[in-house]
Amino acid sequence: MKFSEKWLREWVDPPVTTMELVEQLTMAGLEVDSVERLGSGFEGLVVGEVLSVEMHPDADKLRVCKVDAGRGESLQIVCGAPNVRVGGKYPLALIGARLPGDIMIRKSRLRGVESQGMLCSTRELGLGDAHQGLMELSPETRTGEDIRAVLGLDDTLIEIDLTPNRGDCLGIEGIAREIGTLTRSPVMAVEIGEVPPSIPDSLSIEVRTPDACPRYLGRVIRGIDPKASTPLWMQERLRRSGLRTIHPVVDVTNYVLMELGQPMHAFDLAQLAGGVSVRYAMEGEQMTLLDERTVTLDAGTLVIADREKPLAIAGVMGGIHSGVGDTSTDIFLECAYFSPEAIAGRARKYAMQTESAHRFERGVDPDLQHRAVHRATALLVAITGGQAGPVCECFAPQYLPQRTPISLARDRIERLLGLVPVPAVVSDILERLGMEVHAREDGWRVTPPSFRFDIAIEADLIEEIGRVYGYDKLPSRAPVGALEMHACAETHVTVERIAEVLADLGYQEAITYSFVEPGFQQALNPDLKPIALENPISSEMSVMRTSLWPGLLRALRYNLNRQTSRLRLFEHGLRFYLQDDEIKQDTVIGGVLTGDRYPEHWNGKSGPVDFYDARHDIEAILAFTGQMDKYQFIGAEHPALHPVQTALIRRDDRDIGWLGRIHPVIAGQFDLDPDTYLFEFEYEAVRSGVLVQFQELSRYPSIRRDLAIVTDLEVTAAELQSEVHRSAGALLKEMVIFDVYQGKGIETGRKSVAFGLILQDSSRTLTDDDVEVVVSRVTESLNKKFGAALRE
Amino acid sequence: MLILGELETGALREIAAAADQAVLDAVRVRYLGKKGFLTLQLKQLGSLPASERPAAGQVINQVKQKIQQAVEERRDHLQSSALDDQLTRLGIDVTLPGRGQKPGGLHPVTRTMKRIERLFTPLGFTVEEGPEIEDDYHNFEALNIPAHHPARAMHDTFYFNVHTLLRTHTSPVQVRVMENRKPPLRIIAPGRVYRCDSDLTHTPMFHQVEGLLVDERVSFANLKWVLDEFLRLFFERDDLPVRFRPSYFPFTEPSAEVDIQCVMCAGNGCRVCGQSGWLEVLGCGMVHPKVFDHVGIDNDRYTGFAFGMGVERLAMLRYGVNDLRLFFENDINFLAQFN
Repeated sequence: MKFSEKWLREWVDPPVTTMELVEQLTMAGLEVDSVERLGSGFEGLVVGEVLSVEMHPDADKLRVCKVDAGRGESLQIVCGAPNVRVGGKYPLALIGARLPGDIMIRKSRLRGVESQGMLCSTRELGLGDAHQGLMELSPETRTGEDIRAVLGLDDTLIEIDLTPNRGDCLGIEGIAREIGTLTRSPVMAVEIGEVPPSIPDSLSIEVRTPDACPRYLGRVIRGIDPKASTPLWMQERLRRSGLRTIHPVVDVTNYVLMELGQPMHAFDLAQLAGGVSVRYAMEGEQMTLLDERTVTLDAGTLVIADREKPLAIAGVMGGIHSGVGDTSTDIFLECAYFSPEAIAGRARKYAMQTESAHRFERGVDPDLQHRAVHRATALLVAITGGQAGPVCECFAPQYLPQRTPISLARDRIERLLGLVPVPAVVSDILERLGMEVHAREDGWRVTPPSFRFDIAIEADLIEEIGRVYGYDKLPSRAPVGALEMHACAETHVTVERIAEVLADLGYQEAITYSFVEPGFQQALNPDLKPIALENPISSEMSVMRTSLWPGLLRALRYNLNRQTSRLRLFEHGLRFYLQDDEIKQDTVIGGVLTGDRYPEHWNGKSGPVDFYDARHDIEAILAFTGQMDKYQFIGAEHPALHPVQTALIRRDDRDIGWLGRIHPVIAGQFDLDPDTYLFEFEYEAVRSGVLVQFQELSRYPSIRRDLAIVTDLEVTAAELQSEVHRSAGALLKEMVIFDVYQGKGIETGRKSVAFGLILQDSSRTLTDDDVEVVVSRVTESLNKKFGAALRE
Repeated sequence: MLILGELETGALREIAAAADQAVLDAVRVRYLGKKGFLTLQLKQLGSLPASERPAAGQVINQVKQKIQQAVEERRDHLQSSALDDQLTRLGIDVTLPGRGQKPGGLHPVTRTMKRIERLFTPLGFTVEEGPEIEDDYHNFEALNIPAHHPARAMHDTFYFNVHTLLRTHTSPVQVRVMENRKPPLRIIAPGRVYRCDSDLTHTPMFHQVEGLLVDERVSFANLKWVLDEFLRLFFERDDLPVRFRPSYFPFTEPSAEVDIQCVMCAGNGCRVCGQSGWLEVLGCGMVHPKVFDHVGIDNDRYTGFAFGMGVERLAMLRYGVNDLRLFFENDINFLAQFN
């Protein structure tokens, strides 16, 4: 809501400066968004009267005018505007004048003819967009008078960002009331007298949906002057409220809208077939709106219709055919109260936002319509002439918002605000807000005025008290409550802990959008069914991520394109997918790594990261659970990953994640480094571990034996390990693989694996014989199971 | 005696000249060994008259001790200088950088959320989470934002279908907590939220931290205290001016917006605060009775307050970040500044 301070001060004029006023509005919940001084950057302009107009000797489009600037001698001004005429009065920028945009006017020559200033259009004055011609000033203005005074430019435009509950402040009157309350200043409401009918003409009105339109007022006005124009003062007020001048009739309805907050509509009576009715649209009914768009209506849309067709979307926008135009002489003026539910969301549905819908959606004072229709009639008759018929009304009071009294308990104010209320202060505030207040033993009975339809319950009243009293004056006190102890699972592995370990391992945490480009995701993770947004912001962000990889790889590519070659990123967050038509959203932890294993160092190059670097980092997280033995890395294939450098991560028998090198084809396709490794696993699978159970320490030394065996390439380390553990028995404390070799000295298809067995007993020192027994058991079973032989 | 004097001088000279342990040992043996010069001198004492023996013996022993001491001193010297040499050979340039992995770090948004959590958890607030794909009921309806409510237009919601959407705020988490638990409640809910809006100052995804306290005697005065304290501690500014402004949220009544004095210009007016000297950082209020009705909390017994804050905004103000979009570009040069 944007308005002129001057206009407001005609209604209420507290003894405070503009900035104080702005501060008070903001602190009362009517947040001021901007304050704009009008006519700043603006000096040296006067009313100029054109005395003569002659053709420019050297330019067809230019005229040479003699202009009286009210200072004796006339000035010679060269002017290109088509509408300049003898006797016309226009804004004249004198030599030395300053225009908005810091434009200085100097003496100049146009095609050889001297010009001693400039005649201006509204655009040049920064007052409007029209630049077709000069700004016409009223003949009554005094030649030579300062333009600022003529146009009332010593004004300030204040724009308020109103919250949706304060529909009552969507008019000058409402804001004036609010300021009156806050500053205890009298509000000088504009005098609105009844305009009695001078002709009997009327139009029949039928409201078929009284619940959606409890009050509908209509009035015929005949014989308006189609050539009349909107007076400058009204144009200016509308312009300062952000509204364009359109047609005197439309301007008057807009003026009443801005002044009282009541949206109105005027129809061209000649275009109506029969009386008007208020009804819901028939499904599929079409109409062309004032903005020249044709829309297809649905049955939930309230319309104003004549016998044949819809004329307007009720409370939103009128139709183009029934609107008032340059030839209209008879009009039908509508002034209604539509219930917010009947209007809310309709404008948005048809991709519109109108001043009218904005107000009806939030609620309009249901008692305002009679005043508004008389105000509009009076203004219209004064500007355009014409004869008004009687005001016809369809009224269903049972559907109007009821002004129910609200009980306000004194102790409730204290409970909610923490302030012990002084009864006189409370009733004073409520009365200043226009409420009817009756004191009772434990508090008050309060009836809000019809324009405060937002106040329905006790808490609303308490907010009003706090607001007018001043939030900043309310007390501030530490809350008091019973102490509580919270459960604290020691074995719980938090996401925070995981994030910290990854950060310590060199990863930078990334936060990427939860919606991704569907094609890229499909290539990376075709198995999970993604969930598509109905209204995405762009096609690149149109489906929810089923994996963190699309986002992480995008971030990786972003950095690689910016002179970074070594990078480790991780992210944690939800992935989203459909499973049996049900939406699943669960937390995953994912990472990408590429480039050298360690940062570049004077001691030599570390070489590129590989599978085992990534696996180490995952193991560091799995170790938090204290149950490393529950997790397995199994060679497997994933569409996004390298066919022979990929592991499926499993806990017990459940697949929980993937680790691997990016598939070279995918890397090529999406412009990524093929030496990139990816991992992702479900948080759920690592979130809980087991409590530490102390193991007795052995007081006896351990013995280590190193063995090297040769076995088939296909035999995995995991298989060897499991067989060694099984066959070695309880004395085996640990098995460490310290070398894996294939190549010269080992036949093709075979490899050598060297490992150490660390043996220990808790009750005695082991002998060589004990060790020999274990070693031979291990070698025999490896031989039997895998055909493994001790390496010579 | 003359001989002894020469022996002593010679021995001391040789000892001083001994360049290493082996040479020194040889010198020692030559003079003090079983067949050494001084041992021989002692053996020759027998040839002296008995009356002269004690004096002569004493002299010889004195020389012997002198030489012995010199040998020991020389040995110590040689040992310590050998150690010095050895150590010197292992000299390094301590100014060269260390070796190993370079730690990464947490995202500034995470870091800010953790900081907020750490300020609230000591007061007994627990950290709660909720789904990001929400239903209309929890995101709007239960928060007293029925269909067609004008407040919905301000939320620019991403929809999957009529009932399912991306949560536009973290407030549905408070509804879920209240549905499942009995007061007293003290929770904060950090997380991602989504709005269908993208320009210089809006990203379609951002983060909020929601807070809720429900108990038998909770008032607006308590809300003011908690947020006042929080903001001063968060920005580590004891004198930070904070103001509460009436506002409107369908799920709180009374409602307020909280401004802090602009941290960029100290309230003098700048581009960041739009010349007003104030920055809006929080929305809050007393839980609306209808919200309690929806979750079955007794309005006569309990009151509560709720607040919500934008994490990116707080992070921008705290660290002086001037472009919201940087948080989601994941440029390593940006992220690493917060390590």
